[in-house]
Amino acid sequence: MGESQEQFAIRVRDLVVGFGRQTVLDHLSLDVRRGEILGLVGASGGGKSVLMRTIIGLIPRQGGTIEVTGRPIGGRTEGAATTWGILFQQGALFSSLTVRQNIQFPLRENLVLSQELMDEIAIAKLEMVGLRAQDADKYPAELSGGMTKRVALARALALDPPILFLDEPTSGLDPIAAGDFDALIGTLQKTLGLTVFMVTHDLASLTTVCDRVAALADGKIVAIGPMRELLQSEHPWVRAYFHGKRSQMLQHEMR
Amino acid sequence: MNSEPLLLATPSGEELKLCPEGPWIAANVSMLETLSRSVGADVDQSRAVTLDMSGVSALDTLGAWVLEKLSRRASSSGRSAEFIGVADHFSGLMDEVRQVNRHTPPPAPAPNPVLLRLNDLGKSTVGAREDITIFLQMLGALFMALIGVLRRPRSLRLTSLIYQLYRIGWQAIPIVVLITFLIGAIIAQQGFFHFRRFGAESYTVDMVGILVLRELGVLIVAIMVAGRSGSAYTAELGSMKMREEVDALSTMGLDPVHVLILPRVAALVIALPILAFIGSIAALYGGGLVAQFYGGMAPAIYIARLHEAISVTHFEVGILKAPFMALVIGVVACSEGLRVKGSAESLGRQTTTSVVKSIFLVIVLDGLFAIFFASIGM
Repeated sequence: MGESQEQFAIRVRDLVVGFGRQTVLDHLSLDVRRGEILGLVGASGGGKSVLMRTIIGLIPRQGGTIEVTGRPIGGRTEGAATTWGILFQQGALFSSLTVRQNIQFPLRENLVLSQELMDEIAIAKLEMVGLRAQDADKYPAELSGGMTKRVALARALALDPPILFLDEPTSGLDPIAAGDFDALIGTLQKTLGLTVFMVTHDLASLTTVCDRVAALADGKIVAIGPMRELLQSEHPWVRAYFHGKRSQMLQHEMR
Repeated sequence: MNSEPLLLATPSGEELKLCPEGPWIAANVSMLETLSRSVGADVDQSRAVTLDMSGVSALDTLGAWVLEKLSRRASSSGRSAEFIGVADHFSGLMDEVRQVNRHTPPPAPAPNPVLLRLNDLGKSTVGAREDITIFLQMLGALFMALIGVLRRPRSLRLTSLIYQLYRIGWQAIPIVVLITFLIGAIIAQQGFFHFRRFGAESYTVDMVGILVLRELGVLIVAIMVAGRSGSAYTAELGSMKMREEVDALSTMGLDPVHVLILPRVAALVIALPILAFIGSIAALYGGGLVAQFYGGMAPAIYIARLHEAISVTHFEVGILKAPFMALVIGVVACSEGLRVKGSAESLGRQTTTSVVKSIFLVIVLDGLFAIFFASIGM
């Protein structure tokens, strides 16, 4: 137990999740190592987001166990904000609060600290994700897509959680912004020692920042390992995913 | 390892050595703030400050920032400050924190309160003019769409119209009946209670009949429809606007007024008189029940009194107002819906505005009609 606590940030065993008669995740097992960036790929509607949302407790599970930093997860988790930060696909910033207030929200709710320090931390986080202090008083409606994602990342990191969940972080960003975002996640992961669980379709992100990639098909993890190994996988779906026309083209460019 | 953060200050001559120990993490923030404040005076007095980080067992952005702030406080007035013994796995974070908060933008100058008030006043004046313009524009656009439909009746969105009629007419009947029934009963009860004192109980029927048919029936129903259907229109059109559905319609060469707004407003104009009629009857029925069980008046007498007291004119006065009120509600609800901008908050605000404004306009319109009917002797 002590060893697994050191080694794994997230352990999922025999997870079963379904809606009505449909089973989305079927006895799925997955380990996320401490301090790695794990990319999760899978077909659209194949349960990637369901897996992520089950781990963070938004969707009830029908069977199996989930351990996060060695502690089993069940029902609503107290102090969740200090365990993990979540970057939702659309940012999910609170639209009635300014950028500064959005970042301060987890601080305000979980800690007792002076307004001055809170302001400084908010600006510090904002600058760490590559925005300027001038953007702090804007409202989410005034931000571009890339800025929204960065602010959402700053909010997810507000409490320096050890685990960061990213739901399609680069979707809807242009390739330059997406590349910047990947680099940013890599840098933050190194400086803050984060474990990152990333759901993505972006082959470039998978190749450049992910330490390991897990492929989800038919409700199970069918392949997991560094990108090189996945490219050699014999599983038909994984082959189709990485050796399709689009993927071939991209990988060719990258080599 | 310490479970609580510590900050040991050892002054040696004019130099100060600070040794933070234990976990400098966000969970201990209140202790960290107290610690850093406690050495603040020492830091200001000494000429050189050394921060020995070797005792720190855990560090996050917040802890790193508190330490960095101490070092900046020391170095701000030309004195020296340095970190020593930074563990390898913390050095990235410390470097990162050193970069931030370097350029604080100047705080915005506090605005003159008088100017602020004047500014608000001016803005709301311009806003009121804009409201009227938008109302008239929407009315005009609706009129143009109506002419288009009259010229080519086949272009009328019949399915949509029927669906809206079902939603705002048929489905509204139970609640309209219930409320107007209660209002009629309450008026009758009050009439009996107060008129009894001077023996004018039988005039309660006149009061209920005239009040319900001329004013209350249509007014209550219009207010309810504004709250129930007007808000729904604003929210629907607003979320369509937010998700660019309205823009998608326009790019397909369709007029949103024609496709979305005309069926809705037309459905309101058709449904409101019907609802007002049903509501008035329910109110009279409620009044009749109270007359029987509270006032001791037989149903036959109630009906006979009603027959004497009211004429078709009273009914006409009430029901004539209904389509105009419906038009006002529809136009306000739809134009407010189209004014929704990107955020969810704006949707809520526009919906509130829509309901408040349409109820206000309905009551103003009722007043104008009262003057009008009085002057033509109806």
